[in-house]
Amino acid sequence: MTDQAPAIELKGISKAFGPVQANKDISIRVMPGTIHGIIGENGAGKSTLMSILYGFYKADAGEIYISGRKTAIPDSQAAIAAGIGMVFQHFKLVENFTVLENVVLGAEDSAMLRPSLARARRELKNLAEEYELNVDPDAIIQDVGVGMQQRVEILKALYRKADILILDEPTGVLTPAEADHLFRILENLRREGKTIILITHKLREIMEITDTVSVMRRGEMTATVKTADTNPAELAELMVGRKVLLRVDKAPAQIGRKILEVQDLKVTDDKGVHRLKGISFDVHAGEILGIAGVAGNGQSELLEVLGGYEKATGKVLVNGEEIDLTGAKSDGQSRRKRGIAHVPEDRQREGLIMDFHAWENTGFGYHHADHYQRSRLFMDNAALKRDTEEKMARFDVRPPDPNLEAKSFSGGNQQKIVLAREIERNPDLLLVGQPTRGVDIGAIEFIHQQIVALRDQGKAILLVSVELEEILSLSDRIAVMFDGKIMGERMPQETDEKELGLLMAGITTEPRGPLHEAVEANLATAGGDARKEV
Amino acid sequence: MDFATLLQMLDATVRLATPLLLACLAGLFSERAGIFDIGLEGKMLAAAFLSAAIAAVSGSVWLGLFAGIGASIALSIIHGLASITFRGNQLISGVAINFLAAGLTVVIAQSWFAQGGRTPQLSGGARFNPITLPFAEALRDVPVIGPIYFQLISGHTPLVYLAILMVPITWWILYRTRFGLRLRAVGENPAAVDTAGVSVIGLRYAAVAICGVLCGIAGAYLATALQAGFVKDMSAGRGYIALAALIFAKWRPWYALYACLLFGFLQALSLRPDVITRALNFQVNGQLLDVLPYILTVVILAGFVGKAIPPRAGGEPYVKER
Repeated sequence: MTDQAPAIELKGISKAFGPVQANKDISIRVMPGTIHGIIGENGAGKSTLMSILYGFYKADAGEIYISGRKTAIPDSQAAIAAGIGMVFQHFKLVENFTVLENVVLGAEDSAMLRPSLARARRELKNLAEEYELNVDPDAIIQDVGVGMQQRVEILKALYRKADILILDEPTGVLTPAEADHLFRILENLRREGKTIILITHKLREIMEITDTVSVMRRGEMTATVKTADTNPAELAELMVGRKVLLRVDKAPAQIGRKILEVQDLKVTDDKGVHRLKGISFDVHAGEILGIAGVAGNGQSELLEVLGGYEKATGKVLVNGEEIDLTGAKSDGQSRRKRGIAHVPEDRQREGLIMDFHAWENTGFGYHHADHYQRSRLFMDNAALKRDTEEKMARFDVRPPDPNLEAKSFSGGNQQKIVLAREIERNPDLLLVGQPTRGVDIGAIEFIHQQIVALRDQGKAILLVSVELEEILSLSDRIAVMFDGKIMGERMPQETDEKELGLLMAGITTEPRGPLHEAVEANLATAGGDARKEV
Repeated sequence: MDFATLLQMLDATVRLATPLLLACLAGLFSERAGIFDIGLEGKMLAAAFLSAAIAAVSGSVWLGLFAGIGASIALSIIHGLASITFRGNQLISGVAINFLAAGLTVVIAQSWFAQGGRTPQLSGGARFNPITLPFAEALRDVPVIGPIYFQLISGHTPLVYLAILMVPITWWILYRTRFGLRLRAVGENPAAVDTAGVSVIGLRYAAVAICGVLCGIAGAYLATALQAGFVKDMSAGRGYIALAALIFAKWRPWYALYACLLFGFLQALSLRPDVITRALNFQVNGQLLDVLPYILTVVILAGFVGKAIPPRAGGEPYVKER
């Protein structure tokens, strides 16, 4: 061991927001040239801690040492000067600026723009060669994919001469191949002596790339260990504070009759873009069909059509009867009457009204139900509240208070409210979009159990998720969507992330083409696990 | 329409477009930085009053101009405090400024000059006078070019030339300087500016201050160049038309010039019923002509703008978030 000073040392950092203690006496040492993971559930205080380090918040107590020197970081400017760069979960890019303008913004050389832009262009070229950070400097941000947007964020930090790079949940929006590309970049950066802090809630990423990992729970740092000396189960337990089942426990599916039959479904949006290009599939009773795919390949439109808020052409049968796709009966209310329940992808925009109370939210879409009416004119709010209390108890919503506004619940509890509303109506078919996006690991376990329990009652479930792990562990059958088409169906026990990842990128396994081999070679060099024999 | 009438019309267009253009560019700076400003009207009015009052009292139009700019900046600072520092609603703050200006100008004018809420008539050095550009007299008799140069291009007050010059200057600031890059960025995504270590608040105050200066010049032009003194409500909705022009121009400087010239032409048209009568061959009601520019504003905005995308962070106070 060397007696090198840590790149970052935090001593006794505390921060409270009103009565909530977001960080409690946190101390951490991050050695230079390492990738240090910080893992914890949503609300554990990871982001707050990093925001303090980046000068976004001021700590109530504690000290920050950068390379052994005590440093005050009152604002982002001071953080940048101290050599800290941050890649936020939600990118801080100006959407209608070029890549170059975004990189230069705030780090211009002089009052005139042109010399700065010219220098940045040269610098980007060097950085691209050094770290595999390829970007088109003249592309407009809103026209490029999230993978490139993220590389722009990294370049912004490097352009400002950052030695310490903090990445907050960097893989949430990436495909597996893009995530592997990112990890290669991070390894290149580590090789050049940069220090990287990776904040994530994904255990797999921690195990794959970090040297050291710190676990946070409820504002406290519960452990810091060498990654090589630990395992996912131990980390999960440290995060949640109890033993967690990482794998979904489920019995083999008892497949019943055909519930949903989709034939040649097509959707064209207002701009004339074909979002669904004629897809067909079935879902049976007692079965979970998982739809895998990178966000934006038609999965959202599929859910919207089936849920009743997007028009389409083609044929959809539920319980053997055709449903209306364009006319007066193509609305959500008619869908519910036909036994379709829908947990939308974006619970905050489509699933809940955030400023309304929980009891109001649990009634939406079902507020015409007879037992919620007191007379022809008035609703029976008391009945609705009683109903909500029962649902909250059954779905373990915390805190179990129907009078709280939806926005004051955590992501996992919001999702439980939506799930309770939809599952409790005893639907024949449940549509679920991104059931665990932004949800804590403990709540994920519960939500997965509920979905499997519904399947075991003989219901049909259509699951859309961008999380491959979730698709693989929950589904009884997997369909992969790419560019508005279904690229293929696989059984979960006969496939793996690599094969699905290729399908998600639009590459079918047979016939094998040169592009396929190139991508696979890329994945192999990125250190993916060995391909299973089919 | 003969050539001479056309020239007269275009000459009036330039004079009437000038205050619109200055106010429009003022709004452009503010809105590009993410601060919506429907208080352009009130700022122009306050500037019109104070510039006329100071010019009348001191006899110097330049002192009047500076006083007008000062009045406008004062209102800008109120708008800045309300919408930047205290994160209030920008529309409400703007409306308040309009009411404040409409009421205060008349009340103060009445108690100061006791002429029914007006300022005294301005003359001589208390007004901006037309300047004759070099060779205008000499070239006057050259066919076509002569009259165009003499009547249309030469013979305006200095503020007209300043307004037109502000178009390329604004373009240059926005697209060629560090300040412009940051200004545009702060109106699109203030979080990007903040995390880049630049002060969002500082940039937005700078933009609002520039808006105040330009509105001040526009107001002073109304009272000391276009007309000779302040009268009640003399801005007559120009602040709102400037906002319409800004949307029509999609928040871009050169398009702002064209939009303001168009609206200026419509106003010039309403001042010349004889031209319309001759063109249409029947007598048009005078009041109808007066509302014509406003009606056409609505029609143009509803029908011809297409998709105008305002700065994305416009209207929203910036709150730091994780």
